[in-house]
Amino acid sequence: MIEILPDKCDFCGCCVGVCPEDAIELKEAEINIIEELCTNCSKCIWACPIEVIKFNRNGVGKGNDEKRI
Amino acid sequence: MKKEYDVIVVGAGPAGSTAARFAAEHGISVLMLEKDRDVGYPVRCGEAISRAGVAEFIEPDNKWINAVIDKFAMVSPDGTEVVIPLEDIGYILERRIFDYELAKLASNAGAEILTRAYVNGLIIENNKVCGVKYEFRGEQHEVRSKVVIGADGVESRVGRWAGIKTYIDFRDMECATQITASGIPIDQSTCYFYFGKDYAPEGYFWIFPKGDTSANIGLGVSGMTGRKRSALSFLNDFMEKNYPNASVLTQIAGGVPCVTTLEKISAPGIILVGDAARQVNPLSGGGIASGMIGGKIGGTIVGEAVKMNKLDHILTYDKAWHDRLGKRHEIFDRIKNGIYNFSDEKFNNIAHSFNKVPYDKRGLGNLFKTALFNNPSLLVDVAKVFLVK
Repeated sequence: MIEILPDKCDFCGCCVGVCPEDAIELKEAEINIIEELCTNCSKCIWACPIEVIKFNRNGVGKGNDEKRI
Repeated sequence: MKKEYDVIVVGAGPAGSTAARFAAEHGISVLMLEKDRDVGYPVRCGEAISRAGVAEFIEPDNKWINAVIDKFAMVSPDGTEVVIPLEDIGYILERRIFDYELAKLASNAGAEILTRAYVNGLIIENNKVCGVKYEFRGEQHEVRSKVVIGADGVESRVGRWAGIKTYIDFRDMECATQITASGIPIDQSTCYFYFGKDYAPEGYFWIFPKGDTSANIGLGVSGMTGRKRSALSFLNDFMEKNYPNASVLTQIAGGVPCVTTLEKISAPGIILVGDAARQVNPLSGGGIASGMIGGKIGGTIVGEAVKMNKLDHILTYDKAWHDRLGKRHEIFDRIKNGIYNFSDEKFNNIAHSFNKVPYDKRGLGNLFKTALFNNPSLLVDVAKVFLVK
């Protein structure tokens, strides 16, 4: 599951531009992933300039395995 | 505020404000909606622009010029610095004031502006865009228009809602971060560009003077590089190594769509301008001047269309943009693809051979000619840009 860390986010919109599904909603200082649309393609993770978006493999292997892939 | 306008512009950056201004100059009603509370803030930009790029739209004014540039320095991976004089001067802007002034010009021309208005949908009837839905102070509103101008920047969601494919391949996105820092002892009339895999693979690293001892220091890397290492990590490394004691005044992130313009930038009832249309110069990543040009062409055509009551006229915008700049951006994009994968060795070779050129004979044109020796397949494109003017 893709997760955006709101405390670290600069709300720059880079991830929104590369999202093929229009699954990210960005207001002035508020950002949300629309889970019904997200396909976990990870493009937003790769495009984030400041490492704010993570793939959270909850319940897989070692538990909370967060990393940039 | 009215229930219906001739034109609604979404986004009050340079492209949106310029579009609003040129549309409003036709004596029609224009509303510009901005999602943030301030026009011009937060800044997401290196803030460099050529004099000519500004002067077409607004008289240069010291209140929004932080530094005047007359040369740039290219630093190769081995640290060789090549200084090249500019044919015309450039500026480093104070965007938060500059954008404000552009919005005022739109307002002076008759446009209404509303900030903190978050557009979250379009009104579409019979396959034509007829207005926007927006949130303002926690309440949902609708406002109708004959034409919507999408100037919503890198996100470009307005176009998507109208069925225009605006999403950009992550490899074409330059993912950028920048700090404005003081205590940076650089020449205040030089823009510095650093190339190579340690600075910014498939992109470049920049230091632009901001007046006194301050500077914009940042970089952009392709999403392809970002997959392995973030822009932030490159910036932190650079600062640690070069300016460990600098005071950081601001830190920002942003995305620059470095690619050719979208195939389609108009549809019934809507046009896109600026970053939303992918009107950035794909080689330099500069988008202020080209966005304003897109805004002027788009705003003018929309104004004419409303005035003539012939809304189909807005569909001529694609060609008008292509003829003025879109075509040129296609060439810049090919050059970019030819040089961005250069190895460190090639960048070093270019710097070494170019440093043998006498200072007064140096220019961007023969820099690219030197680059040609390292990638002859670029010959035709470089010739198109620099030899056949």
